[in-house]
Amino acid sequence: MHLIIQFFRELSKEKMRMFLTVSAIAWGAANVVLLLSVGEGLGRQMRRGFHGMGENIMIAFPGQTTKPYAGFGAGRSIRVREDDLPLLERRVPEIAQYSAEWIRDVDLKVGEKIQREDALGVYPVYGELRNILPESGGRFIDKLDMDRRRRVIVLGNELRDDLFGAGAEAVGRTIMVNNIPFTVVGVMQKKMQTSCYSGHDKDDSFIPSTTFQTMFSPEYVRNVVFRPRSVAEAPAAKEGFYRVMASRYRFHPEDKETFWVWDTIEMGAIAGKVFIGIELFLGVIGALTLLVGGIGVANIMYVIVKERTREIGIKIAVGARPSVIIVQFVLESLLTVAIGGALGIGLALSLVKGINLIPISHEAMEFLTRPVFSSLLALVCISLLGVIGLLSGVFPARRASTVDPVEALRYE
Amino acid sequence: MIELEKVSKVYRMGTVPVVALDGVSVEIAAGEFVSVLGPSGSGKSTLMHLIGCLDTPSGGTYRLDGRRVEGLKRNDLAEIRNRKIGFVFQNFNLLGYATALENVELPMVYKKMRGRERKSKALELLGLVGLGDRAVHRPSELSGGQRQRVALARALANDPEIILADEPTGNLDSQSGREIVQLFRKLHQAGKTVIVVTHDKTIAAETRRVLNLFDGKLVSDSPNH
Ligand SMILES: Nc1ncnc2c1ncn2[C@@H]1O[C@H](COP(=O)(O)OP(=O)(O)OP(=O)(O)O)[C@@H](O)[C@H]1O
Ligand SMILES: [Mg+2]
Repeated sequence: MHLIIQFFRELSKEKMRMFLTVSAIAWGAANVVLLLSVGEGLGRQMRRGFHGMGENIMIAFPGQTTKPYAGFGAGRSIRVREDDLPLLERRVPEIAQYSAEWIRDVDLKVGEKIQREDALGVYPVYGELRNILPESGGRFIDKLDMDRRRRVIVLGNELRDDLFGAGAEAVGRTIMVNNIPFTVVGVMQKKMQTSCYSGHDKDDSFIPSTTFQTMFSPEYVRNVVFRPRSVAEAPAAKEGFYRVMASRYRFHPEDKETFWVWDTIEMGAIAGKVFIGIELFLGVIGALTLLVGGIGVANIMYVIVKERTREIGIKIAVGARPSVIIVQFVLESLLTVAIGGALGIGLALSLVKGINLIPISHEAMEFLTRPVFSSLLALVCISLLGVIGLLSGVFPARRASTVDPVEALRYE
Repeated sequence: MIELEKVSKVYRMGTVPVVALDGVSVEIAAGEFVSVLGPSGSGKSTLMHLIGCLDTPSGGTYRLDGRRVEGLKRNDLAEIRNRKIGFVFQNFNLLGYATALENVELPMVYKKMRGRERKSKALELLGLVGLGDRAVHRPSELSGGQRQRVALARALANDPEIILADEPTGNLDSQSGREIVQLFRKLHQAGKTVIVVTHDKTIAAETRRVLNLFDGKLVSDSPNH
C-alpha cells in the first residue's frame, strides 16, 4: 500500500518522464501483441490455404528411371495402369485411401455459354482426399456413379459462377461436356487453396473416372493421390508405394526419379518450421521495441534512485535491510511496466478486433488482416513484460540498496 | 556497552587522505548520559556514525555489547540500527511525504511489526514527545522543534537501548532546544544510554560525562558534577 501511494507520488512529481516511459512500454507491448497476432493470423491463413488442396496427402506423378535395372536401361518412362493400383491397398497397409486421377481439357456448355476448362476423372474418395466438399444440396461423385458410369459432374464454385451466374443453383441442371449431356450433382464449397498441381479446384470440374474412361479411353493414369493411415506412418506409406510400384514396373526401389511424390505432410512440416521462424522473427522485433521501453524504465528508475538518495539513506539509517530497498524499487518498475503493458495490450487488442471487422475480399489481404490473439500469445507478452520489468528494476534497485547512509544524509 | 579501541576513520578526498578520527578509545556503559564536544570538523559526527553502525571504522575495533561490529553482514547491521540504536540528526531527516505517524512507524515496519500494533505504539510515542495531536501532519506542517520531537519518537520506535543524537538542537531555537534536552534527560532516567553531540555548553552541563574531541582525537573525558 505504502509502495503504491509512493508510486503515485513519484508519478505526479515526474509526470512528463513517467508519461514517456509508460508510453514507451505501452508502444512496445502493443507492438509485440500486434506483430505476434498478425503473425499468428498469417500462419493460420497459410495453413488453411495449404490444406485447401487436402490434408495429409501425397500426390505421385510417374517419371523416368535413372538406374538400369533387371535388363532395362536408364531413362525408361514409367507408365501406370489403373488395374495395378489395387495392389497399393493390398500390399501397403499404411496407405488408407487412394484415387487415380486423369485430366482433360473439355468444352463446357450451358445454354449459349461455352467455356474451355479442365475436367478431372476421379474416384469418390477424391473429394475427401482433396478437400472438395459439396455445397449444401449437392454431393460428390459416389460409388453408384462409378458402377453405372453415370454422366454426372461436380463443378468448382467459380466455374459454376461463370456458367450459371454467381451463386446460382446448379445442382440438377444439365451441362454439355464435349456435347454430351451431364447432370450437375454438386458444387464445391468455396475454400482457400494456395497450392495446386492442375489449376485451382474452384475452376475445375470432376466426373467419375469410369465415365472419363468411356469418353477418352486413356491408357495410363496421370497421377495417384493417396493418404497414409496416419502422419506417423507417412514415410512407411511412401516407401510402400515405391516398393509396390518397383516390383510391378520393375525398377530399382531406391530410384526415386521414377515417381515425383508431392508429400504435403513433409511440406507442411517444413512450412510449419518456416512459419515458426517468421513468428519468432516478428516476436523478436516486438520484443526489441519493448526492450527500448525497458531501457527507458531502467533509466527513469536510476533517476528516481538518485533523486531519492536521501529518502533511501533515511530508510537504511532506521534499519531497512538491503532487500527491502531492492524490493521497493523492483516493485515500482514492475508497476510502471504493468501499467504501460496493460495500456499497450489493451490498445493492441482493440486494434486486432477492429482489423478483423474490416470486410476483405482480396485474397492477398486476407493473410494480413485476420490477426489472432491467443492465450498463449497473452502468456508470452506478459512474461516478456515481467522479465523486462524485473530487469529494468533490478539494476537501479541494487544501486539504491548500496546507498551510503552517511553520505546520503550529510547534506540538506 | 560500547567499546571503542583505537578506532580511526580515514576518508579519501581524491588522493589526499583525511583523518576524521585518529585512534579514539572509549568505553560507554549502559545507562550513561554522555555529551560529545569539539570544534567543527573535529570528528564528532564521524564518531556518532561509527557508534550508530551507519559507517564502519578504517582501523581499530568497535565492540557493541561484546560483539565486534566490523565483521557483521549488512543485514546484521541493519538489524542493529533498527532495534538497538535510535539516531537523531541535526536536520531531522524525516520522510517529507509521510505523516508524523508514518515516520514514527517506519522502523517498526522494518521490524515487521503488525499494522495495528505499530500504529498504537507510534501514537503512544508521539504522545510521549507531546505531539499526540499532530499525528497526521506532514513535516512541512510542523515547526523545527516539533519535527525534532517526531524524529526522537521515531528513534524510540523499537525501544532501543542506545539513543544517539548529533547536534539535535543545532537547528532549533533555545526554547525548543530545552524541551528536547528535557526529553533526553527523561530517557536517561528511564535507563537508556544517551549520547549527544553539541556545541551548547548548557546542554553539556546536563550530562554526566563529557567527551572532548579535537582534530579527530579524544583529548578529554571527564565526569560532570
Ligand atoms: N565523506 C567524507 N569525505 C571526506 N571527508 C570527510 C567526510 N566526512 C567527514 N569528512 C571530514 O572528516 C572530518 C570530521 O568530520 P565530522 O563531520 O565528523 O566533523 P564534526 O565534528 O561533526 O563537525 P561539525 O561540528 O561541523 O559537524 C572533517 O575534516 C570532514 O571534512
Ligand atoms: Mg557534525
